Amino acid sequence: MTTPALEATDLVVEFPVGRGQKVHAVSGVSLSVAPGETLGILGESGCGKSTIGRALIQMPAPDSGTVRLGDRELTGLRAKELRGARARMQIIMQDPISSLNPRRKVKDLVWESHAIWGYDGDDKEAKIDEVLRAVGLDPETVRERRPHELSGGQAQRVCIARALMMDPVVLICDEPVSSLDVSVQAQILNLLEATKARYDLSLVFIAHDVAVVKNISDRVMVMYLGKSCEVLPSEDLHLRAVHPYTRLLLSSLPEAQQSSSANGDVVVERVAAELPSPLNPPSGCRFRTRCPLATDRCAAEEPLLRDIGAGHQVACHNVAL
Amino acid sequence: MTAPLLEVDDLRTRFLTPRGPMVAVDGVSLTLAAGETLGIVGESGSGKSVLGRTIMGLITNGPTTTVTGAVRVDGADIHQLTPQGRRALWGTKIAMVFQDPMTSLNPTKRVGTHLSESLRFHRGLSRGAARTRAVELLKLVGIPEPERRAGQYPHELSGGMRQRVVIAMALACDPKLLIADEPTTALDVTVQKQILDLLQSLAERLQMATILISHDLGTVSGRTDRVAVMYAGRVVESGETRDVFAQPRHPYSGALIESIPRLDAASHSLLPAIVGQPPNMLNPPSGCRFAPRCAFAQDRCRTETPALVDDVACHFPLTQALEVHA
Ligand SMILES: Nc1ncnc2c1ncn2[C@@H]1O[C@H](COP(=O)(O)OP(=O)(O)OP(=O)(O)O)[C@@H](O)[C@H]1O
Ligand SMILES: Nc1ncnc2c1ncn2[C@@H]1O[C@H](COP(=O)(O)OP(=O)(O)OP(=O)(O)O)[C@@H](O)[C@H]1O
Ligand code: SF4
Ligand code: SF4
Ligand SMILES: [Mg+2]
Ligand SMILES: [Mg+2]
Repeated sequence: MTTPALEATDLVVEFPVGRGQKVHAVSGVSLSVAPGETLGILGESGCGKSTIGRALIQMPAPDSGTVRLGDRELTGLRAKELRGARARMQIIMQDPISSLNPRRKVKDLVWESHAIWGYDGDDKEAKIDEVLRAVGLDPETVRERRPHELSGGQAQRVCIARALMMDPVVLICDEPVSSLDVSVQAQILNLLEATKARYDLSLVFIAHDVAVVKNISDRVMVMYLGKSCEVLPSEDLHLRAVHPYTRLLLSSLPEAQQSSSANGDVVVERVAAELPSPLNPPSGCRFRTRCPLATDRCAAEEPLLRDIGAGHQVACHNVAL
Repeated sequence: MTAPLLEVDDLRTRFLTPRGPMVAVDGVSLTLAAGETLGIVGESGSGKSVLGRTIMGLITNGPTTTVTGAVRVDGADIHQLTPQGRRALWGTKIAMVFQDPMTSLNPTKRVGTHLSESLRFHRGLSRGAARTRAVELLKLVGIPEPERRAGQYPHELSGGMRQRVVIAMALACDPKLLIADEPTTALDVTVQKQILDLLQSLAERLQMATILISHDLGTVSGRTDRVAVMYAGRVVESGETRDVFAQPRHPYSGALIESIPRLDAASHSLLPAIVGQPPNMLNPPSGCRFAPRCAFAQDRCRTETPALVDDVACHFPLTQALEVHA
């Protein structure tokens, strides 16, 4: 078997919030991304998606668990070594404009990451123009602009160009289209697909929009409250997902988006009550307070991800298979 | 024929901004009958919220704002009324729900107080009667343990619960028209559905007309009778929701519907993206505002503004149904 491009095991991230309490943001999540693969991470606000993204690039490093980029272990590296090792894994954030230094020009922003390495060849301008063109920007038009003179879509393209400058093997995209105009989202999604092919990248694509994640991913990991509850090929997402939370997510979509063949099962939430707090997550299965299938065992015992064939894993005691 | 509940006639909202004048809503006309639901869709900045607020009378003529045209609710022109006259309509004839529930809630007041105050002001209810009615309203919007919740402060509730409270406030005095501006955009998908279901069932039960504003086509498609698509301050297409989604006639509506990823399409399918970006409203393109991005644009489009004729504002409307819906 080939070495995964990226592999993370048992990631745990907790944020102390005073009075001895802590947010259980990510509680034992493992993932792996094959070379050339796109792994989607899907889940609702606060389930820990961005925290995983940041743990992967070690900013901050997870409280426990390991991250391997190719055959290099990242956890435990000293700052200087880490910077070198991490360069080949780049991250793109949700809000493109605010993630760019407002005082710098596009050409400097794109070059910035490179400049850290002290590289200053005379092909600098050519390299900048090349990467700007690769992300669909006209170098003449944007080279001298500053972030506030860019549209959201253009700014996101600049962020992608910046990342590409580092010659990454893994690109982590944290909600890269959520803040963009609907009509511009498709441009950026198409660009990410094309970029991935052209630069031979592996992608981790984080989003809360089910159809967007399905479109761009090969496999999807569904998260709920800091845990991974289901992993499956994205083609199977809307037809074969079995975890009660994934089913609830799918049945919450506007009708127009739901597939007619989606089992027709209306997953009714047990109680339309408060969502559980990440400070004090439910024992056993974290979804049990909202799950229509919950039994006593769900409170007592944590369901582990188990393989159910065809690249499909699910963490649930009670789904009928 | 009886007059419609809402008549919006050639409405224009113009702001004087530090960077020049900007027409955020540019000649919009709409009508809505009692009990009907209308969706307003369009991208960020297309003027949806300004339209909603101008209909509501929250945006009116002022030092930097000019409103022309008319908004008649049950025959009364909102923009001709005195401020007191307008306030008397709010809640009783026309109410609004916003994206962020906290804009409508006072963090220092208990949930029940928000409701009972408006009941006492508009309905002249006694303190006790108002409190009883407040609890009833909380129950109506699906809040568990309404008596206990009435005594809590907004920050003690989740986002979804807060939005339910805001809906209860909007409904407190039986308005005939509810304008919901992105009521679920800030909420999680699973909670979004609950709130939209709630709005829909309440509108039906109370025979209330609704305007549902959203940038999310999916939200509007299954839940409205009619829809108006806005682009750069103008309505470019309107019609029965089903028809507009199955067979859009304006190139923008068509391109927008097609560019959105579909769950039933194969992974990695290339999305038919719209080129370019939405226009700068301080300096919009002449003629048809969609022309710089339109695959069907011709010379005429760049000089001559297409009027909304037969519910579509385009010189060369589409004539074929979208493939994805075939
Ligand atoms: N620096 C921090 N300090 C304390 N809590 C934090 C911190 N960062 C994140 N959290 C909490 O950790 C949990 C996971 O947050 P995270 O940002 O990873 O969620 P997310 O899935 O990315 O959500 P969203 O879809 O809203 O971006 C949340 O409860 C969040 O409030
Ligand atoms: N009070 C104001 N003064 C000046 N300009 C304004 C004012 N309110 C809104 N605008 C501008 O009017 C235009 C239309 O804004 P509006 O909020 O109606 O857009 P929208 O369609 O609701 O977008 P979104 O989907 O982002 O909510 C925008 O360019 C906005 O910046
Ligand atoms: S383990 Fe139990 S509570 Fe969790 S999803 Fe499965 S049935 Fe529901
Ligand atoms: S008027 Fe012309 S540019 Fe405008 S939408 Fe129609 S065809 Fe396109
Ligand atoms: Mg996030
Ligand atoms: Mg708005």
